[in-house]
Amino acid sequence: MSATAQDPNIGRVEIPDVLDLRHTYDSATDKINGVILTKKTPVPIAVAMGICFLLAGLLFMTIGRLLTMGIGIWGNNQPVAWAFDIINFVWWIGIGHAGTLISAILFLFRQEWRTSINRFAEAMTIFAVMCAGLFPLLHTGRPWLAYWLFPYPNVMQMYPQFRSPLMWDVFAVSTYFTVSALFWYTGLIPDLASLRDRAKNKLTKIIAGVAAMGWRGSARHWQRYDIIYLLLAGISTPLVISVHSIVALDFAVSQLPGWHTTIFPPYFVAGAVFSGFAMVLTLAIPVRALFGFKDFITQKHLDAISKVMLATGLIVVYGYAMEAFIALVYSANPHEEFLMKNRMFGPYAWSYWMLILCNAVIPQLLWFKRIRLHTGIVWVISIFINIGMWLERFVILVTTLHRDFVPSSWGMYKPTIFDFSMFIGTIGFFGLLMCLFIRFVPMIAGFELRELLHKKKSHHH
Amino acid sequence: MSAQAPNSGKIYAAVAEYATPEALLKAAERVRDAGYKRIDALTPFPVHGMVEALGIPKSRMAGLVLFGALAGAVGGFGLQVWQSMIQYPHVVSGRPYFSWPNFIPIVFECAILAAGITAFVGMLVRNNLPRPHHPVFSAPRVENTTVSTFMLVIEASDPLFDEVKTAELLKQTGAEFVGVAPVEGDPADPHDGPTLN
Repeated sequence: MSATAQDPNIGRVEIPDVLDLRHTYDSATDKINGVILTKKTPVPIAVAMGICFLLAGLLFMTIGRLLTMGIGIWGNNQPVAWAFDIINFVWWIGIGHAGTLISAILFLFRQEWRTSINRFAEAMTIFAVMCAGLFPLLHTGRPWLAYWLFPYPNVMQMYPQFRSPLMWDVFAVSTYFTVSALFWYTGLIPDLASLRDRAKNKLTKIIAGVAAMGWRGSARHWQRYDIIYLLLAGISTPLVISVHSIVALDFAVSQLPGWHTTIFPPYFVAGAVFSGFAMVLTLAIPVRALFGFKDFITQKHLDAISKVMLATGLIVVYGYAMEAFIALVYSANPHEEFLMKNRMFGPYAWSYWMLILCNAVIPQLLWFKRIRLHTGIVWVISIFINIGMWLERFVILVTTLHRDFVPSSWGMYKPTIFDFSMFIGTIGFFGLLMCLFIRFVPMIAGFELRELLHKKKSHHH
Repeated sequence: MSAQAPNSGKIYAAVAEYATPEALLKAAERVRDAGYKRIDALTPFPVHGMVEALGIPKSRMAGLVLFGALAGAVGGFGLQVWQSMIQYPHVVSGRPYFSWPNFIPIVFECAILAAGITAFVGMLVRNNLPRPHHPVFSAPRVENTTVSTFMLVIEASDPLFDEVKTAELLKQTGAEFVGVAPVEGDPADPHDGPTLN
C-alpha cells in the first residue's frame, strides 16, 4: 500500500477493546437500563417511531385492500407468478439470520464481541421473521385458511403434502420463529430482573417483575440457565442453516433453469448472513451514536462485523461466479445458457449489474482497515449490501420466470403500487417494532456484559 | 427493609454480601466445609465454580433436552409416515408412499422445536419459576444482587443453623455486610424445591 508510506500512522490505527473497562457492574447496568427507566424518548427515536408508525399503517391498509380485492392487486401473474412477495420473504428471512448467527454461533465460538450486540440482533431476527412470514401467508390468497398448512385432523380428510419444500418451509419458519423467540426471552430474564430491582416507578417494577418471573440469580437457577442457554445456542446453529437451506430448496427442487442447482443452499445461507450483518450495521451504527453506547458497541465490533460481511460477501460472489460457470460452460444445457445470457444482457440486465455492483464490487472496500474504521462509510456500504441482496432475489426470481422454455409464454413483470406499499410497509412495521424494543426492553445483554467485564478485569490484574 | 427490621424471631435465612465473585466463592467453600447444606448464592451473572463451591449436585437438564429432541424427531417422522402411508396415501411425482428422504427436513425441524421448548419450559419448571415472590426477597440489600453484589444465603432450615453462630461465621468470611431475611407472612414451606436437579 502506497498510502502507508506517506502516513506512518495508518497501519497503527488503534482498535479499541470490545468494552470500556472503566465501567463497573453498576455503571454498565445503569447505562443500559437508563434508556428504559426515563420518561424521555430521544427525539430521533420519537421521529423514527412516528414515520415507521405511518408506514406500518400503509402496510395494514395494503393488507386490507389485498384481503378484499385479492392478490390480483399485485403485479405477479403468469409467467412471473412469484415476485415481490417471495423476494421480500427471502430478503427478510435472510436479514433475520444474522441475529441467530451472532447470538448462537458466535456464542459457541466464544467471540467476546458478540456480547453487546446479541440482544439487539436477536430482536432484529424476530421482527424480520415476522415481516417475512406475512408475505407467503398473504400470497396463499386466502390467509384465513392458512391453518390448512398444518397437519391437523379435519373433516375434509385432507393432509399436507410432506414431499414439498413449501411444506418444509412452513415447519422451518415456524420453528425458527419459536426457537428464536425462546432464545431471546431466555436471555432477557436476568436483565428483566435487574430492571425490576432498579426501577423506581411502580408500574415499571410490576411489568418487569412479572416478565422476569421471579428470577433471583440463585446458583441453582444459573446452573440450569447456563446449560439451556448453551443448548439453545447449539440447536439454533444447525436450525439457522436448515431454514435458509430449505428456503433455497423452494427454488432448487423445481425444474427451472437458474433455480435447479445444487449450489443454492450454501449460497443462500452465505447470502443470508451477508445481508443480515449488513442490517445489523445499518441499525446499530445510528443507535450506538444516539444512546452513547460507544463504550459497549465499540469500533472493534464494527470492524469485526465488517470482516464477517467481507468474508460472506466473497462466498456470495463465488456463488455468482459458479452460477455463471455452470450455466455458460459446464452444463451444456441450452436453456441454462440462455437464462444466464438473458440475465446478463436481457431486459432485466440492469438489475443483474446493479446487484454485482452492490454485492461484489462495493463491499471490496472493506479490505481496507481505514475504511472499516470509518463509521459513516461502513454504514453506507451496509445500505448498498441491503439493496444488493434484495436485487439478488429479484434477479433469481424474475429473470428465471419471465422467459422460460417456450418463447410463446414469455412475458414481462412490472410491480404495482401495492407491491411497493407492501414492501415499504413491512420496513415501517419492522422499524416500529425495533423502536419500541429499543425504548422499552434492555437492548444490551446486561448480565453477559457484567460477566465479560469481570473476565476482562480479572485478566488485567 | 432494613437489617434491623423487627421480626417475630422467625428467620428465613442469614445472608452475607460480597463485592466480588472471588470473595463469594471462598466464602461459599468455607460455609460448605463447615457442614451447611441448605445454602445458596445470588449473583448478577453466572459465576464459574459456584455450583461446586456450594456442593450443588449436577443438573440433568441436558438429558431432558436430548429426550425432548428425540421425542420431536420420532413424533415428526411418525406423523409424516402415518399421514403419507395410512391416513392420506397419495402419489406425488411418482414417489413411493414411504419416501423417507423427503421427510427428513421436517423431522429435523420437529426435533429442534421440541428441544427448544423442552429447554425453556424445563429450565423454568425445574427452577420453580415463575415465582413472583420468594422469602429471600425480604433480605436487606438483596435487590443489588441482580446488578452488582454477590450474596451468600444460609437457610434457617439448615440443621446447623444458629442465628448467632452462623452470623459469626459469615462475618469471618470477609463479608461486606451480614444480615437476616425475616419470614414475612406465611412461613409455611419457604424452601424452594428440595431435590430436583
